[in-house]
Amino acid sequence: MSLLNSMPEMVLTTKADEVLNWTRKSSMWWLLFGLACCAIELMQTQGPRADCDRFGAVPRAAPRQSDLMIVAGTLTLKMALRTKVLYDQMPEPRYVISMGSCSNCGGLFQLAYSVCDGVDKVIPVDVYVPGCPPRPEALTEGILKLQEKVMREKWLVRGAAAAPAQA
Amino acid sequence: MDAATIHARLKARFDAAVGDCDDQAKDPSIAVVAASIPDVGLFLRDDPELRFDALMNQTGVDYKAKGLIQLVYHLYSYTHRHTIVLKADVPRDAPGLPSVERVWRAAEWLEREIYDLLGVTFAGHPDLRRLLMPEDWIGYPLRKDFVEPEEYHGISTRRESLLR
Repeated sequence: MSLLNSMPEMVLTTKADEVLNWTRKSSMWWLLFGLACCAIELMQTQGPRADCDRFGAVPRAAPRQSDLMIVAGTLTLKMALRTKVLYDQMPEPRYVISMGSCSNCGGLFQLAYSVCDGVDKVIPVDVYVPGCPPRPEALTEGILKLQEKVMREKWLVRGAAAAPAQA
Repeated sequence: MDAATIHARLKARFDAAVGDCDDQAKDPSIAVVAASIPDVGLFLRDDPELRFDALMNQTGVDYKAKGLIQLVYHLYSYTHRHTIVLKADVPRDAPGLPSVERVWRAAEWLEREIYDLLGVTFAGHPDLRRLLMPEDWIGYPLRKDFVEPEEYHGISTRRESLLR
């Protein structure tokens, strides 16, 4: 980030792509959406000790205002379709963090008849956070990893007009 | 009040609708004809010396070899602090019996769960929908012959082992 390359007159020089990415990564509003026990750690991540506000990540109560979906908990088949609807309602560019073993791969409940084995079967996932449940530090690390990914995106390159491939 | 006494009272009141009493088990149980379950339940709830005011749990067991599904009712009396278990058999190919929702309101979701997972229908239930599985799910997961579908709305239910 060369945004701090300031001149005495307080003028900043940078690349347009980097400004766009910097604004996006610095206001990563996530959807307030907890499915199971991981949601407790999700709340702790927002709480005063881990405080992911520091990185511009604040919860929003509506998918239409959110940039990031943190899938926190066991995804049942019944919820899987609703999760897809929520994801479709989010404006692009949108990102997904899969939090915890359950949403990564079904976790402990992988063989259960009612559980979807991983949220990546329904929506694309950017960052997988392992743990059962992950500690707030781990989720914070996941948010930082996502910010690194956002900073690498090229929005203004000709021929790459569509949103970059989401891993 | 112990199980044998409760059984004797039920036998005197309902006669043929009440079967044997198994009071050797940890949770003593009384067999009841499925169609009489709500009447027996009302009597157990309202009789001043029995006063079974709480339905602690209601569940079902699939006995595939015997061709029946057994409904199990765990009752508790907060007034007298005694418990009893009722058991009722229904045929596996057409399982159905009257609902006890009007006796104990707690039965509403418990019966929805049994309907969802075992396919037992409860006559007189106000809102008999699936509870845990999706609304358009086919099959009853707790039946012994349940085969999990390959996919649900394009979501594969198979995951290759990550250890390989």
